[in-house]
Amino acid sequence: MKKETNNNIALNFNTDWKYAPAPESTDHIKLKKKYDLFINGKFVAPVKGKYFETTNPATEGKIADIAEGTKEDVDIAVKAARNAYENVWSKMPAKERAKYIYRIARMIQERAREFSVIESMDGGKAIRESRDVDVPLAASHFFYYAGWADKLEYAFPGKKPKPLGVAGQIIPWNFPMLMAAWKIAPALATGNTVVLKPAETTPLTALKLAEIFQEAGLPDGVVNIVTGAAATGAAIVNHPGIDKVAFTGSTDVGKIIQKALAGTNKKYTLELGGKAANIIFEDAPIDQAVEGIVNGIFFNQGHVCCAGSRLFVQEGVADMVIRKLKDRMETLIVGDPLDKNTDIGAINSKEQLKKIESLVQIGINEGGDYYQTSCSIPSKGYWFRPTIFSGVSQSSRIVQEEIFGPVLAIQTFRTTDEVVEKANNTAYGLSAGVWTDKGSKIFKVTSQLRAGVIWANTYNKFDPTSPFGGYKESGVGREGGLHGLSPYLKMN
Amino acid sequence: MKEKTETPVLKKKSVTVTAHVNGNGNGNGAKTDSRLAVLKTHKIYIDGKFPRTESGRYYVLNAPNGEALANMCLSSRKDLREAVVAARKAFGGWASKSAYNRGQILYRIAEMMEDRRAQFISELTEMGSTPKEAEAEVNCAIDRVLYYAGWSDKYQQIFSSVNPVESSHFNFSLPEPTGVVSIIAPEENGLVGLVSVIAPAIVGGNTCVVLASKTKPLCASSFAEVLNSSDVPGGVVNLLTGYREELLSHFSTHMDINATIYCNNNVEEIKAVQTNAALNVKRAVVHNNTNWMGEDAQGPYYIMDTQEIKTTWHPVGI
Repeated sequence: MKKETNNNIALNFNTDWKYAPAPESTDHIKLKKKYDLFINGKFVAPVKGKYFETTNPATEGKIADIAEGTKEDVDIAVKAARNAYENVWSKMPAKERAKYIYRIARMIQERAREFSVIESMDGGKAIRESRDVDVPLAASHFFYYAGWADKLEYAFPGKKPKPLGVAGQIIPWNFPMLMAAWKIAPALATGNTVVLKPAETTPLTALKLAEIFQEAGLPDGVVNIVTGAAATGAAIVNHPGIDKVAFTGSTDVGKIIQKALAGTNKKYTLELGGKAANIIFEDAPIDQAVEGIVNGIFFNQGHVCCAGSRLFVQEGVADMVIRKLKDRMETLIVGDPLDKNTDIGAINSKEQLKKIESLVQIGINEGGDYYQTSCSIPSKGYWFRPTIFSGVSQSSRIVQEEIFGPVLAIQTFRTTDEVVEKANNTAYGLSAGVWTDKGSKIFKVTSQLRAGVIWANTYNKFDPTSPFGGYKESGVGREGGLHGLSPYLKMN
Repeated sequence: MKEKTETPVLKKKSVTVTAHVNGNGNGNGAKTDSRLAVLKTHKIYIDGKFPRTESGRYYVLNAPNGEALANMCLSSRKDLREAVVAARKAFGGWASKSAYNRGQILYRIAEMMEDRRAQFISELTEMGSTPKEAEAEVNCAIDRVLYYAGWSDKYQQIFSSVNPVESSHFNFSLPEPTGVVSIIAPEENGLVGLVSVIAPAIVGGNTCVVLASKTKPLCASSFAEVLNSSDVPGGVVNLLTGYREELLSHFSTHMDINATIYCNNNVEEIKAVQTNAALNVKRAVVHNNTNWMGEDAQGPYYIMDTQEIKTTWHPVGI
């Protein structure tokens, strides 16, 4: 299939305008060469003594050695969490519990720059995003949930909520710090203790967060961080001392976890994959919609479960929208995550880059019209240029499968009923976007879309007060907001 | 309770007949007593119609004393599939009805149940309840439907929120039905158990496919007739009878079912339902050791078991 060229570029920023490099300084960053597990308030070596490397995906260079937690380590961590739950955390007055969580929020704010830089080094995301989105939102999540600690009975009319005990939490690599906050903050506010496993490619900010727990004087064992890969996660899920599992990751792994928990009394929340429809009607504010499309699919390199990865454009404006989109895409800067001008950072890992490349190849083979920007990319590291496919069908694999990269599949539609049907024609149901200036149409369409988070005339917005979570195979339960409390509570 | 291959003698309605034909009745009523009762064939309820089971099989329902009461359909996987198709088809229309309208329809169900009080009481009695127990159960069941009718336009207000996000957006969250729900009804309490799980699912806009109690299915059959005459659109509630052991896996594996509610205490069955739920990330809801006659067996949280929270964002600006 031919590669399309864009002959309508309004301004070629690559040649006409040059941005001077504006790299964020890393001088102030203090990282150890080796990180142990954080159990019972201390950093301890893993029982089996094994370590793995965490690397910078923008340079392929090693950053640090990270302990590989095994079943034995998980067992020690769960016991520490249980002990902290029974003897300290559940006995503490709720308002005192709240103060610890407030402290954590404040300390993240104080060290925001350091966390942003480390997040971008370890995960490859643009500093603009880690600085303006990930880290401030992580702090605000702790701040929001801290206040709930002594007000829980107001959230559940007619019920007396009680904590569950020990929460086992497994988080992904796309928003490492933010996901840690999403998991830990509500768990602590509701009176539970935690064993958390960060993703193996992005463990650093969680381990730096452990330093904050120490500084904040959080009682030993209330939060334990066990690094490792899938086997470590499985050990947490299957440990009999865990009362609740919270997982964010792929639908495939989510199903394995749901199955593993069958027949146990463990509660669970699953935040899984998505293939969101972003719908542009003819009466949409087109320039804003184009920004929304870009933000929807290229935010965080497209490593976003709620990414607007399926674009539906109404026929009458399709040519214009696609032309404007291509123009806008040409202005996107792909490169050094630590450069403040960078729009799109590094792909998180070699494995993920291979997965994106292979799905894009499938898209090309299936016959979609394919367009990729002409921006330069660094010679070292893992990169993928912003890519769109038009002329794809509902049955195309790139339309059905989550790519988790900066790749957009574009389809057109004529009527509202048609686009609602197409948008809902997926096993997923995490998020969606709707663009129109007509208010009544917004409510009609948003109420018919089977998805948990819907952005109308905006996209990829997050807030600690706003519940997040999916319908259908995109998961079970909600995180964030008042609705994010009940998964950590039992009601009498 | 064995599957039979030939029609047994149904003693329930024929016992007096046989007696009278043999001249053993009291002479007074001989004229009316000699009338042969019309035996009812209990069918299943799919898409607002009463088909026979596709399986062409049935089981004999026995009273506690061993007396045969009725032949009940042994529903098959195909019946379940037909029911799911009907439930899916009915879902959009039912979910988009106004809350007020759904409340009125549930109220209508309660009205029709009230009409059939005597029938429900006699069925429960035949299946082993004392008359007093039967009456209490029917009262509780009717009141429960009424209770949920009242929730139809209120639970959204309790469980929704306007979220004060930091950015300049209007942001709100509200509950929506999860979709098609399969229900394994409680084995005990053939009437109140049944309505206690159906009412919260449908008042929230879901449609459902229900497997009635194996040992107490008569009220389910009559409840289907109530539904059929209560303005409940066809397909919103589909009622099957049969063997749990045959149907449990189909009820929990079908890929177009969004949630499964299981209401018994069998730990292996609970595990099977929860395991199968993982196939398509079904919401698996288990009610074990529930006293369905109790006040705790109702509440808006039962509605929320089969609700999803949808959050919508919109910018605030010009």
